[in-house]
Order: sequence, then C-alpha cells, then structure tokens
Amino acid sequence: MNTELLGVIATYAITLLIAIPLGRYIARVFRGERTLLDFLSPAERLIYRVCGINPREEMNWKQHLKALLTINMIWFVYAFFLLVFQDRLPLNPDGNAAQTPDLAFNTAISFLVNCNLQHYSGESGLTYFTQLFVITFLQFVSAATGIAALIVLFKAFREKTTTKLGNFWEILVKTNTRLLLPLCVIIALVLAFNGTPASYAGKDTIVTLQGDTVGVSRGPAAGMIAIKHLGTNGGGWFGANSIHPLENPSYLTNMTEAIAQMIIPIAMVFALGFFINRRKFSYIIFGVMTAGMLLLLIPSMMSEMNGNPAIAQMGIAQPTGAMEGKEVRIGPAATGYWSTITTIISTGSVNGFHDSTMPLTGLMQLVAMMTNCFYGGCGVGILNYFVFIIIAVFISGLMVGRTPEFMGHKVEAREIKIAALVALLHPFLILAGTALSSFVITRQPELGWLNNPGHHGFSEMLYEYTSAAANNGSGFEGLGDNNIFWNVSTGFVLILSRYLPILGPVAIAGLLAQKKHIPASAGTLSTDTVTFGVMTMAVILIIAALAFFPALALGPVAEYFSLYL
Amino acid sequence: MKKSNNNTLFPAALVRESLRQSFIKLDPRLLVKNPVMFTVEMGTLVMLVVTLITLFTGSTGQGSFSYNLAIFIILLLTVLFGNFAEAIAEARGKAQAESLRKTREETPAKKILAVGEIFTDEVKVVPSSRLKKGDLFLCETGDVIPADGEIVKGLASIDESAITGESAPVIREAGGDKSSVVGGTKVLSDRIVVRVTTEPGESFLDKMIALVEGATRQKTPNEIALTILLASFTLVFIIVCVTLKPFADYAQTPITIAAFISLFVCLIPTTIGGLLSAIGIAGMDRALRANVITKSGKAVETAGDVDVLLLDKTGTITIGNRKATNFYAANGYDAKEFIHHCVLSSLADDTPEGRSIVELAGGEVAAGLSVTGAHLVKFTAETRSSGIDLPDGTRIRKGAYDAIHSLTAQAGNGFPAETLATVKEISGNGGTPLVVAVNGRVTGVIELQDIIKPGIQERFERLRKMGVKTVMVTGDNPFTAKYIAAKAGVDDFIAEAKPEDKMSYIRQEQQNGRLVAMMGDGTNDAPALAQADVGVAMNSGTQAAKEAGNMVDLDNDPTKLIEIVEIGKQLLMTRGTLTTFSIANDVAKYFAIVPALFVASIPALQGINIMQLHSPETAILSAVIFNAVIIPLLIPLALRGVAYRPIGAGALLRRNLLVYGLGGVIVPFIGIKLIDMLVALFF
Repeated sequence: MNTELLGVIATYAITLLIAIPLGRYIARVFRGERTLLDFLSPAERLIYRVCGINPREEMNWKQHLKALLTINMIWFVYAFFLLVFQDRLPLNPDGNAAQTPDLAFNTAISFLVNCNLQHYSGESGLTYFTQLFVITFLQFVSAATGIAALIVLFKAFREKTTTKLGNFWEILVKTNTRLLLPLCVIIALVLAFNGTPASYAGKDTIVTLQGDTVGVSRGPAAGMIAIKHLGTNGGGWFGANSIHPLENPSYLTNMTEAIAQMIIPIAMVFALGFFINRRKFSYIIFGVMTAGMLLLLIPSMMSEMNGNPAIAQMGIAQPTGAMEGKEVRIGPAATGYWSTITTIISTGSVNGFHDSTMPLTGLMQLVAMMTNCFYGGCGVGILNYFVFIIIAVFISGLMVGRTPEFMGHKVEAREIKIAALVALLHPFLILAGTALSSFVITRQPELGWLNNPGHHGFSEMLYEYTSAAANNGSGFEGLGDNNIFWNVSTGFVLILSRYLPILGPVAIAGLLAQKKHIPASAGTLSTDTVTFGVMTMAVILIIAALAFFPALALGPVAEYFSLYL
Repeated sequence: MKKSNNNTLFPAALVRESLRQSFIKLDPRLLVKNPVMFTVEMGTLVMLVVTLITLFTGSTGQGSFSYNLAIFIILLLTVLFGNFAEAIAEARGKAQAESLRKTREETPAKKILAVGEIFTDEVKVVPSSRLKKGDLFLCETGDVIPADGEIVKGLASIDESAITGESAPVIREAGGDKSSVVGGTKVLSDRIVVRVTTEPGESFLDKMIALVEGATRQKTPNEIALTILLASFTLVFIIVCVTLKPFADYAQTPITIAAFISLFVCLIPTTIGGLLSAIGIAGMDRALRANVITKSGKAVETAGDVDVLLLDKTGTITIGNRKATNFYAANGYDAKEFIHHCVLSSLADDTPEGRSIVELAGGEVAAGLSVTGAHLVKFTAETRSSGIDLPDGTRIRKGAYDAIHSLTAQAGNGFPAETLATVKEISGNGGTPLVVAVNGRVTGVIELQDIIKPGIQERFERLRKMGVKTVMVTGDNPFTAKYIAAKAGVDDFIAEAKPEDKMSYIRQEQQNGRLVAMMGDGTNDAPALAQADVGVAMNSGTQAAKEAGNMVDLDNDPTKLIEIVEIGKQLLMTRGTLTTFSIANDVAKYFAIVPALFVASIPALQGINIMQLHSPETAILSAVIFNAVIIPLLIPLALRGVAYRPIGAGALLRRNLLVYGLGGVIVPFIGIKLIDMLVALFF
C-alpha cells in the first residue's frame, strides 16, 4: 500500500490507542477515583485555598452555567486590555505594535471561545507576553471550559435523579492540572526536540541560498503549539500555522500534532461510557462519529491525491497529487487527513492552505464544520452531538409509540425547545452572516475583500462564518478579513455560537436529571443500539447538512461541477 | 352500536361537510394555531398578489401569469388539503359521537314530580331534554331510559345493546356498584326509580363531542413538543429562503418570488403540519369506535405510555366465577351419597358456585331430589359457610376449610387426615376447596376451579412485548392467586386485595416512575381510578367511579384496557412516522428545486439535477404538486393510524425507519419525476 496512506492510517490508529485509555483515565479523575497523578492534589488544594474555592460545594446546573459565564467574562476583559496595551508590556523583543480595538475584540473573543480565528499574523501581531499570557492562557482555559461543561453533563446522567452536579471550579482546575498540563508537557517536549523553537530571543536572521537576508521569528512556541492542538484551539504561533517549518518541522511533528488534536475529543466519547457505566452507548456514539468522519475524509483524501483536472488538461503530470498550497514534507494524503480532522473537531489549525484545496475537499471542510459534532471540539463536540441525540430521541420515541425518554427521563416540550433553538442557531448564524457579507460586497465591490470572484469568493465568505460559528478558526485565506466589518461580525458570531451551544445542552441535561427516573421496559427505546445510531446520523445529516444545501450549491458544488463537468 | 360502526373512511355526507369546513378553516385566526400551515397560507397570499400583478401589468419578470397562477392554486390546495384532513377527522369523530347521542335524545321521560324537596307519587311525562340533574324518573318494562342516572329504588334487567352491542340483558339495582344506567338503553323487566346524574349537554358523550369539535381540544404535551420542533424546522427554512436572496444577488441569478415561495413551502414540514391535528382527533375517534369515551386527548396518549396494567381477575383473566370441577368423598362415605348431599345443599343456593355444583352433578341427580320444607342457611361472613337443614334433621354445611374445621371441632369430631391432604392439593393447584360436613362430620370436599379465558395468555404475551407489566388483582388467597397468575401468564398479582391495596400498589409503582392503568367499576375503586394515570371506569359502574376515571368503557369489557394501550401507541407512532416521512421528503425536494433556481445562470449546477427534470418551471411545479398531493394521499393513514406491532422498541424503530425514513427519501424522487413527466406535456 501507498506509504502516504499508511502514514495516515498509522496516525489514526495511534490516536485511538491513546484515546481509549485516556478516556478511562478522564472518567476516573472526575469520578474522584485514584489515579497516577494524585500526587498533584496538594498543588490543587493550594489553588483552591488561594482562590477561596470549596471543592465539595455541589452546584446545580444553573450555578454551573453562572460560574462558567462569569469567569469567561473576566477572561475576556483581561485578554482585551492586554492586547490593546501589548506594545507597552515586557517580552516584546521585536517591538511589535498594539492591536487595534476591533482586532483586539476579535482576537480576545476568538481565543476565549476556543475558536482561534486569527485576523492577525503571530509574528507581528502579538508579543511574546501576549502570546503566553493571553493566547496560551486562553488556549488552556477555553479547552478546560468546554470539557468542564461536558463533565457537568456526565454527572447529570450518572445518577438516576439529581440536582447536584459537582463543583464547577474543581472540575475546571482538575481539567487543567490532571489532563491538559501533563499531556502538554509531553507534546511540547516532542516538538521542541524536533525543531520547534522554545526561546525568548527575538528574530534570528539567516542568509538564504539566493543571498537575501531574512528575519526569522522565534519565541517560546513549543508549549503553545502543544496546547493549540491538545485543546482543539488551532491558533498558530506563526501566521502560517502548522504549515510553517518551525511550527511543524517534520512528518513526525505533523503526526504528533494530528494525534494531539484528536485524542481529547475521542477520549471524551469513551470517558462518557466509563463515567456513566454505559459503554455500549459510547461505542455507538463513537461509531456514528467515525462514520461521519470517514464520509468526509475519504472524498477529501481522494480528490487531493488524484490531483487537479485543470492541471492535468494542460498536460502536466501530477504524480504526487494536487500540490498547490501544500508542503512537500507532508504530502497530499496527510494534508487531506489533517484538513478533515481539523474541521470536524474545530481545531482549525492547518498544515496546508484550505483555500487551495480541491472543491470537493473544500465542500467536505464546510460540511464538517456545519455538522460540527463528529468528535467535535474539546467537550463541546459531544455537547453538540447531544442536541442531535435529543431530537433523534424525540422523533424515534414517537415512532415506537411511547413518550420519548433519554436515560430514563422524559423528553418534553421544554427540552425540545432548547434543543431546537441550539440546532437552529448554527444555520442561522452562518447563513445570516454570509447573507450580510454577500449583500454588502454585491453593492460595494470596491471594498475588495475577495481576491477570488465568483463561486470561490462566495465559498470564502461562507467558510469564514462557518468557521466562526463552528468555533473552528481555520479560514479560506483569500478573504481580506482584518477590517471592522469582519472583526466585529465574526466576533458576535463567535460569542453566540460558543455559549448558547454550551448553555443549551447543559440546561437540557440539568432539567432531565431533575426529573423522575423511569425504569426501562421492553417498550423503551434504547439509545445504545445501531438503529438509534443510524437515526442520529440521519437527523444530523438532514438537519445540519440540508439547511446549507442552497449555499453549498452556489459555492463549492458549483466550483466542483465547473471543474469536472 | 358495534354493528352500526361505519368503517368506510370517507362517507359522502361527511366529505361534503368537510369540504365546506376546509374553506371555513382558511380563516387565519384559526390557522395560526398551526404554525406550519399558517406560513403556507401567508405564502399563498403573496402568490395571489404576484399573480394579480402579472395579470394586470403583463410583466413577465416574475414568470408568466399561468405559471404564477398554477403555483398559487397548488399552494391554496396544500392549505385546503391540510384543512380537509382536520375537518374529515373531526366530522368522523362527531358522527360517531352523534350516533351514540341520538339514541337517547327526545325520549319521553316519566318524571316524578316534586314539591320542594319532597318527591310525590305523581308522574308526568316530559321530553328527556327537560330532565335536570337531581330529578327522579320512573322506568317500567319496555321503557327507554331517558338519561344517564343512578338507580335509587328497585332492580331491573336492562338491554344495553344500543350502547354496547351486547345482546344479553344485564341486571341493574339500587345500591352497590351496579346502580348506574345509561340513557338510550331499554328496561326489559321490572320497575326502577332513577336519579339523573348529569345536566343535559354535560354527559361524557357531550364532553367527548366538544373535544372532537376542537372547541375545547387542548394540545397534548407530546403534540406541543412536536409543534415546537416543527415550528423550528419552519424557522430554519425561513432563514434558508431569506438568505438565498443575497446569495443569488451575489451570483447574479434572479430568482422569482414564485420560486422562493415554492422552495420554502416544499421544505417546511407541510405533510405532518397538515395532518397533525387530524392524527390527534383520529386517535380519540378510534377510542370511541372501540366504545371508549375519553375525557381528554391526553388520556389516550398517556395510555400508550402505560407501564403497569392492573386487571381484576374475575371477568378479565378468568371467566366469571369459579366452577365446581370435582367431588372428593371422604374415606368411608359413599361417593354417590356425598354428591347427593352436595346437590341438596346447593339446590337453593343461587350463587354461581352453587349452580355450578348442581351442574357438575348432572340434571338427573337434581331432578330426583327435593328440598321442600328444608331450612336454608345462607352464607354469612361470620360462619363463612352455607348449607341446608333438611326436614329429617340432617344438617349439611359447606364452606372454607377453617370454617368447617371449627364446626366439626365444636361437634367433637376430628378432621380426617386424607381429606386435609385433598384440601391442600386442591389449594396447591389454584383451586378452592369447599369442605362439606353432614351433622358435624366431614364427608368430603368439592373442588372449585377458576376457568382462564381462552386466548388471554397470548394477550399478556403481547403486552409483555410492548413492555407493559400486567398485575392481577384478586380476593383469593396468595396460593390460589399465584397459581392462576402463573397459568394466565400475568407478571404479578395482588392477593386478598382490598381496595386500599390497589391504591398503595399504584402509588408505589408511580413512585418508581411507572405509569399505571386500571379499570374499575365500584365506588370503592374511585380513589384508585383517580390515582391511576389511566383510569377506565366501566359504564355499568357507579357515578363516582366514572367521575374519577379519565375514560369510560361503554362495553364494560375489562380486556378493553389492552386495546386502549394500543390505540395510544398508534397515536404517537402515527405522529412520529409522518414527521420522519415529511422531513425525509426534503432531500428530493432540494434536488428538484435548487438546480432549477440556479441552472439558468450557473449551467454547471445541471450536475445536481439528478432527476433530469424537464425545465426549471416544471421542476418547481412538480415539487409543489408532490408536496400538495401527498397530504390527501396520507389522510387514510393518519385516520387509521400506523399499525402497532409488539416486536420490541428496537425492531419497531428499525421497521418504521426503513418504511417511513428511507421510504420518505425515495418516494418523492419517484413522485416528482413522474409528475414532472406529466407537467412537461404542458410546458
């Protein structure tokens, strides 16, 4: 078999090998059982004492959400002001300027919500201080926020009927100390030893083969790049993200980063099963998510590896596939793989330019973010999937002649209202945003946002809002997006699409957990069957994908048929 | 009544009335309750304006007049079809209820006149509609009972076939649990005085008719949740269609208003939206056809969720009462003489057990015996035995083991060991031993057995597969109860049940999160009927029981509960499957309309015209036509309900997902293509 394909398969296989035991470990940590890292408890106790936290104070779902929103608000203010004043702060060896308020608004929001849409370039737009104390800090805590919200949902379904869902602060602290930090140390070491910079020195200068003198940005990058992937953040140290030879020096680091971004989303699926003692339920979810991934991955990899028909028509052989916007050290297979995983799990880091991928791959990237629940981002992926479960439970419950139940709790009007609202929000934000930008650019083409007119220009705008709404952060980089319109409009999309999809599922789980528990009978629809998995998949495809059909038809689908027919 | 059930779905008279109603229901104030159809109506109005503009200005920027007119007409039909579905369901329900009500309208009533609070002996004939709650009336042989009521004096045999379809007369008498009479039934013999229990127009039937008519119909919780889901789907598609305008402007593709509205109407779940209320009404109607009057739509739906079913043993699981099946004479007694004694003690005994003993002995034995001059000793709760004192001084007693045991002990006699063994054996087999003593000496045992209804085991098996637990309630001792429970195949039993036992059992199950259904007739059942999630009162039962339950069974058939559970499940399933079907249809509609919208300016999109539809106009027309005609095509299914099969939830989901999910994806592809081929002949 093709070595490139083998590389991809090996990457995924290693991901699974790590994710399954990691899932078990996560379940143990949050069930309060003994684990290897218990020696960290004194440090955690110190944090609790300094912050005045009583980790044994149980919270209900409303208190959890209040705590989550409060601390996020504080982080936003903190990040915004550091970015605006970064030029006056230390650790700025290259003398980079401050961010404009609209850019700082966009950057702070973007990293706070785990999206990492970057309307700036890391080399010149940030200082080492803000890279570390804004960007890297937010990359840790935003991932922890998503995971903590999911743990609250786990706790809701562990007991038959309960309002006590653990302590938010304890979950948040433990997510960092027991999960993110230890794994980051390992990943950062691998990256640092393979050539990623880890220094506080400013720009280096090299003389190229041509004899030009070039300034090469450096910095304490290895740790940031580790959490960037582990926390499904995706915002690069350098502007070119993981395409940059210092951010992703070799095939080995490429594998490491690809594995790092997938392990927590997959591990959380298994953690769910271990945590609530319903492993089969986890396997079904995993199966559906994997099927979804393969449906997106296979066409992407095939179209990238087969090359561009327009180039073939010119009589140019493409033995390595479509290489536009790709790195030779990585190749089209691994780039195609990365482009799929980074969009399904909302990392948004790139190792090749998405703008240059084939139309079919672009379509798959968009659909991946539109569904946004095949594995999905840290914690939030399962929260998104949960919304579809609720809708699937409702429809299939009716189909078997029984008032719908999930985990022994009746699903009623209130839960459906929340689930429908969250499911509705995603297409609303994407379509409304794209409609707004289409409206503006049609009337004022002189704004010059679009480097590519026609279908591809439309795809670029659609991609930008889809990426924002999915909290993904990647982009079709042909779009001129560092201006007030894009900074502010995507900023609002980011906030709405982050918090409502966290609040909704946690509220549903909290409401369900309060209800009386109904024991299962032969008439009860079990949610851990293949049939139910198929049902969920159908709901995801019909609800999440169909709403975008006309928009996709005008963008990548039109591009595809123009290129191939 | 059963015989007169009309099984054709669309009787001509009802169709005419429903057609009229379809137009009346176009009133937006009525339609707004159904958000899906309301938006279609709004779209239709817009199309009307567009059509008129193209007619008067002659501009073709929005397509030709005939094309716009065609879209307008199809959209109007879509709304009318939805209205018709609701109207025909209402009309059927109403017709069913009216035919029940007709039987007791305007019958002459012999009202007993009252002076103040005191009833006189005077009787005046008045029309039944003049009877008020609390009035007394008299019924004699041959009279039709004018109103629902409770017998306050007398006993009568009554022909209830007008209501139940059962031709055998029933006995109703004052006091006790069989005191209720129903208007429209006929007194066959004797004379009773009845107190009217409902105001005219407030009987259960009147309430049911009001429910069906929609005036008081409230959406059930599931219906509300589904409406929310459908409304949010509608909202998604509003967003899809509104945002399409700037997209199309960007792509420099003009889209006509007709195309926008067609796309929108096709995408929103009009199929289920149009049929939703019809499904709910049809559920109540099906209950009524099973001769069950429901007090709310919610009760029917709840019935589908029932987890535990409490069933009385007698009449439900076993046929009537116990029957004598064997005589066992004690050692040293002649078997023939023993049988004679048994028959003698039972000849004057009018209980079902007594009659069955005579039956078992055979007619010729009874014919040769006489009890003239004998003294009958009736069964009392204290002696727990009955018998006869013959003129020659022979005292025969039969009764429960412990009663006879103390009786023989008093007489200074022992209890034979082998008889005791027989007693134990009979008990162990689920029978009831009836020990016989003559002059204080045990002479033998009669075995009484319960006869389990044929076919009842299969019904319990069916219930078990539905996930419903069956509980037998009986006054028998635990041994007998256990035996019968095992033989009939019920899951649990309550032995030596007192009314409060039922109540506490229901409470306990409910505390564990289960829904409980029960059937009852007596006043002492009323609290349990009220406590149960689904309480079905028998029509023959007391007024208190009927008030406490949320359904009344006109047939007094205890197995009816099983049917009610299935009707409830059918109701939910019909909603679920048609929702799935409706949403699955969108896939094909997208593939029909989206290429039609853009293909003129982006020829490459011909690639997604996988159905190879003739032209953009025919594609859009075929999609809306399909969208409209699927509603009337599915009306029969909505009214009849999707068949419930007790094959377990997983298998059922698999089946319905294949039929209505996959079917829902494929059928419109074929349907739209066929319609397009037809429409293409005109365009």
